[in-house]
Amino acid sequence: MITIKNLNKSFNSKQVLSNISVDFEPGKTNLIIGRSGSGKTVLLKSIVGLHEIESGEIWYDDVLFNKLDFNEKKEIRKEIGMLFQGSALFDSLTVDQNVRFPLDMFTDKTEEEKKDRVNFCLQRVNIINANNLFPSELSGGMKKRVAIARAISLNPKYLFCDEPNSGLDPITAILIDELIKELTEEYNMTTIVNTHDMNSVMQIGEKIVFISEGLKCWEGNKDEILDSDCTTLNDFVFANALAKQLKESL
Amino acid sequence: MLRFLTELGRYFILLKKVFSIPEKPVVYYKQTMHELVYLGLNSIGIITVISFFMGAVITLQTAYNTENPIYPTYLIGLGCRDSIILEFSSTVAALILAGKVGSNIASEIGTMRVTEQIDALEIMGVNSASYLILPKIIATLLFNPVLTLLSICVGIFGGWIAGTMAGVITSEDFIYGIQYAFIPYYITYSLIKTLFFAFIITSVSAFQGYFVEGGSLEVGRASTKAVVFSSVLILLFNVILTQLLLS
Repeated sequence: MITIKNLNKSFNSKQVLSNISVDFEPGKTNLIIGRSGSGKTVLLKSIVGLHEIESGEIWYDDVLFNKLDFNEKKEIRKEIGMLFQGSALFDSLTVDQNVRFPLDMFTDKTEEEKKDRVNFCLQRVNIINANNLFPSELSGGMKKRVAIARAISLNPKYLFCDEPNSGLDPITAILIDELIKELTEEYNMTTIVNTHDMNSVMQIGEKIVFISEGLKCWEGNKDEILDSDCTTLNDFVFANALAKQLKESL
Repeated sequence: MLRFLTELGRYFILLKKVFSIPEKPVVYYKQTMHELVYLGLNSIGIITVISFFMGAVITLQTAYNTENPIYPTYLIGLGCRDSIILEFSSTVAALILAGKVGSNIASEIGTMRVTEQIDALEIMGVNSASYLILPKIIATLLFNPVLTLLSICVGIFGGWIAGTMAGVITSEDFIYGIQYAFIPYYITYSLIKTLFFAFIITSVSAFQGYFVEGGSLEVGRASTKAVVFSSVLILLFNVILTQLLLS
């Protein structure tokens, strides 16, 4: 469980997040949605500690994360997996070495155990016979899947995904969404996904938080989102022609 | 002035992070070996070529400037040796390496920053500054003195080839000249300078790359800044070290 209380964040006196409070539940795919520039990525990066917050509290279960020092945060971070928008695979390492990296860094496993774990993680995300390829040789969808494999290699308790299906075709995007949902349930992780893709929202949104101009405007699930009376949310949800038609038919 | 002090402060804070205890020494060792090849061995070619021609030109210029019969011709060899040991193989080679290695480091780390690879390391709980920069510093501190010694040898060899082929000095006179009044401390002086310059090139370039914000344009700018600042600092420390070590 990750709990955010009264989180505030600004850059050079510009308030980016105001008084955000929300609970992210374990075993569920928690979605943060909103328009581009609404503060989703800043919120996600604040939660994982890449941005220092002005005020508020970030709880990882019963640990107040934002008050920990660098070394204490490192211990929590070993339980975090993160999928970045651009995958953030290490260019100079092969697929195998990318997935193996956290194991080399933080475990005392034998070479054989590491090899088994790497192969298991890659098979889990349906990457086969690509161990020796470099990130530059992979398609966008494969990069995302390798990044997921790397993120789960240490069995994390918390999984963060920043726009996991940006730049992907709709079918691959659905596959990535489904994979995230399956892994979340399988490992009972607390998963937080940043997205502005309504397909993802309707596919995997078990808990949804809508952010607009740095404020939390709405909270609910995918069944409630279509009936919301929040105007900004409705403008966002029914922005495209297909969604508008759907709304009229409801 | 305030901006300069802020940048200086950030530089020293980064160095503090760089020199913290490594998470897994074995991983750092492997990384250092990789950097030895990438930053060290891969620089042998350029250092060899530049040193050879540097030595050749120094010999020819010394010969044409000491045509007076009062001067014995072996002084050409002596001049070539001392110029190469005292200045060219340490300072000029460092300036060349600032261009090659410095821009390489800044662009590599800068690209990792803008593509969120450094964020990925931080999220995993890895001290990204230490993991990325410390192996590079150790590798250049270990290997640049080797490059300097190589440069000295190749430079003198280049001088000998050019001098004898152009007919400005005989082989015997040149060899006598490079042995005449040799002061071994000059080699120590050259190697001490090389160590300082290696640290400047790596740390300043890494600093420029590590704090890049933006995209590919900013990475290019950081790379240019890395070369310019490293070069200026090399020249500044060249004066300071010369005064301290030779006065």
